[in-house]
Amino acid sequence: MNDMRRTEPTVTENTTKMQARKVQVYYGDNHAIKDVDVDIADKTVTAFIGPSGCGKSTFLRCLNRMNDTIDIARIEGDIRLDGEDIYDPKVDPVQLRAKVGMVFQKPNPFPKSIFDNVAYGPRIHGLARNKAELDVIVEKSLRRAALWDEVKDRLDAAGTSLSGGQQQRLCIARAVATNPEVLLMDEPCSALDPIATAQVEELIDDLRSRFSVVIVTHSMQQAARVSQKTAFFHLGELVEYDDTSNIFTNPKDSRTESYVTGRIG
Amino acid sequence: MTDMMDTSANAPRRTSLKGNSALVARRKRRERLLMGVGLGAILIAFTVLFILVASLVSTGYTAFVQTQVTLDVHVDPAEISEEQLPRGGFQNVLTRSVLDLLPDADPETDLRAVRGILSNGAQFALRDQVAADPSLIGQTITLTVPLSDPYDQLNKGNINRDTPESERRLNDQAVVWFDQLDQAGRISTPFNWALFTNADSRFPELAGLKGALVGSFWVLFICFAVSFPVGIGAAIYLEEFAPKNRVSDFIEVNINNLAAVPSVVFGLLALAVFLNWFGLPRSAPFVGGLTLALMTMPTIIIATRAALKAVPPSIREAALGLGASKQQVVFGHVLPLAMPGILTGTIIGLAQALGETAPLLLIGMNAFITSAPTSPFDASTALPTQIFIWADSPERGFVSRTSAAILVLLGFLVIMNALAIYLRNRFERRW
Repeated sequence: MNDMRRTEPTVTENTTKMQARKVQVYYGDNHAIKDVDVDIADKTVTAFIGPSGCGKSTFLRCLNRMNDTIDIARIEGDIRLDGEDIYDPKVDPVQLRAKVGMVFQKPNPFPKSIFDNVAYGPRIHGLARNKAELDVIVEKSLRRAALWDEVKDRLDAAGTSLSGGQQQRLCIARAVATNPEVLLMDEPCSALDPIATAQVEELIDDLRSRFSVVIVTHSMQQAARVSQKTAFFHLGELVEYDDTSNIFTNPKDSRTESYVTGRIG
Repeated sequence: MTDMMDTSANAPRRTSLKGNSALVARRKRRERLLMGVGLGAILIAFTVLFILVASLVSTGYTAFVQTQVTLDVHVDPAEISEEQLPRGGFQNVLTRSVLDLLPDADPETDLRAVRGILSNGAQFALRDQVAADPSLIGQTITLTVPLSDPYDQLNKGNINRDTPESERRLNDQAVVWFDQLDQAGRISTPFNWALFTNADSRFPELAGLKGALVGSFWVLFICFAVSFPVGIGAAIYLEEFAPKNRVSDFIEVNINNLAAVPSVVFGLLALAVFLNWFGLPRSAPFVGGLTLALMTMPTIIIATRAALKAVPPSIREAALGLGASKQQVVFGHVLPLAMPGILTGTIIGLAQALGETAPLLLIGMNAFITSAPTSPFDASTALPTQIFIWADSPERGFVSRTSAAILVLLGFLVIMNALAIYLRNRFERRW
């Protein structure tokens, strides 16, 4: 694990948290991701945008090896977290996913109580030694997800009884409760109404102070609002990756320009 | 768009919503036909079910009551002594008390015939009572004992008094005796508890289902204890862990085939393997349970796999995304959510096993056994094999008892299936 050759030199501010080089993903015979190189900076919100089917979600799922669960998916290339190859045979995907958390497109709370939903990750990873510590983690996580005030009186209620926006914030609370270093969000607002979306976006901005956040979105406005870096994917390729302001105001590639001005996609 | 307006096929048609064109009429006719066919199918199914249950009830209901006679028995110390209780003349004492009620019966010549009025089991009822309380010797006690099968049938109207005497089971004298007892108010027909508290017997009026019920309980218990964990284990492995390749396809096809194998084949297998090779006891519910477990396992595997598949992948992803291991995902999330479906499938599988006869016949669970088993290794019958035995018996009393036993079996099946539906509705989550 501590192979020195693989350790990148550590830099203090906005260092590269994750680094992808020459990543290829195949679904059976379908070459879904072609030669993607991305550096994801620490404590930054990085947005992946692109038309449907461009591979942005697929690439996101490579970052915590969720594609491992799909039998026909095959991943090539090199993805590193803090300089460590996450596809190294010695790496346990379970440990990786504890560090690289994920929030999904559709809110998917467990059919358990709100408390148990948030407490699940800390429990399986042994983050709390006793009930009191667990209570603290649950409250902190729910506060961080801006949900505490709405649910503090009914932590025993079923997570599935909440509204869609609340469920998604519960899922975010559940993801941050394990104290990840990177938080992956796969279109977290696509099932939410505008008010809930605004709440979640505000939340993402807060989370940036602690984690590196990677968000896949089909809404360019959302990418522009929440992210500092934006990657534009098209047909499985990474077309352009730059500061968000450059992507939207001064794109270098004509395809990016077409997309952000609404001509393709 | 404009150039498409001239083609008549795409021109907007302005027909009334209430219009009844030929197309609409044909469509409606087809819909009515489909509905009619479906309704007819349901009607046929219900009619057949009704005929079945009605015929069972009409022949079986008489077995739920038993004709009994109340006697004043003088426990004669000359016949019965405390020292030689097992050899006491209980039958003589009882016969004498019947003779007391029949003034025209001759104590010498009619002795055998009068003795035949009472069930053979009556003497044992008296013996047990005296054994429990020896101070009864010398006293006169009131005792209610079952009548023998012909008299029971006469009381239930199954023996027609208009039939010529030569073709009747009971002669005119016997009918007169019965009527005398009846007029004396000695005959009663209470609920036949013996049907549930007695084991099998040669005498229909004494035969009960206790042995079969206990036997079936042990069979199902063993069947559940074996097939449930093995079936769920196999299903979890196949659904959650096994790689999807030719080997797992092959296994899946074979499990489905196993579910379709005729049950008698499992019986032959059990006979060859469990009895002849392993030397397990014949007629034992333990072996019956193992045999039926082989049959129930594919049902449980298929039901469990379906239930596991029905758990939405988003739950698995959520847990995996939090860094849960495969085992934590399966046991912490997927299995609890699949449990209602698994239990439903298991109960339906067990209900099927409860009614299974052929494999039990081959391992000797159709033996004539007059006591209920006390352990799964004792020889025993089960409900379906008891029905099989009784259906084969010539006595009139066994005809109604066969139907009654079928009704009892159907009752258990209805209860089990209702439980399965209840579990499904109560615990199933909707997504």
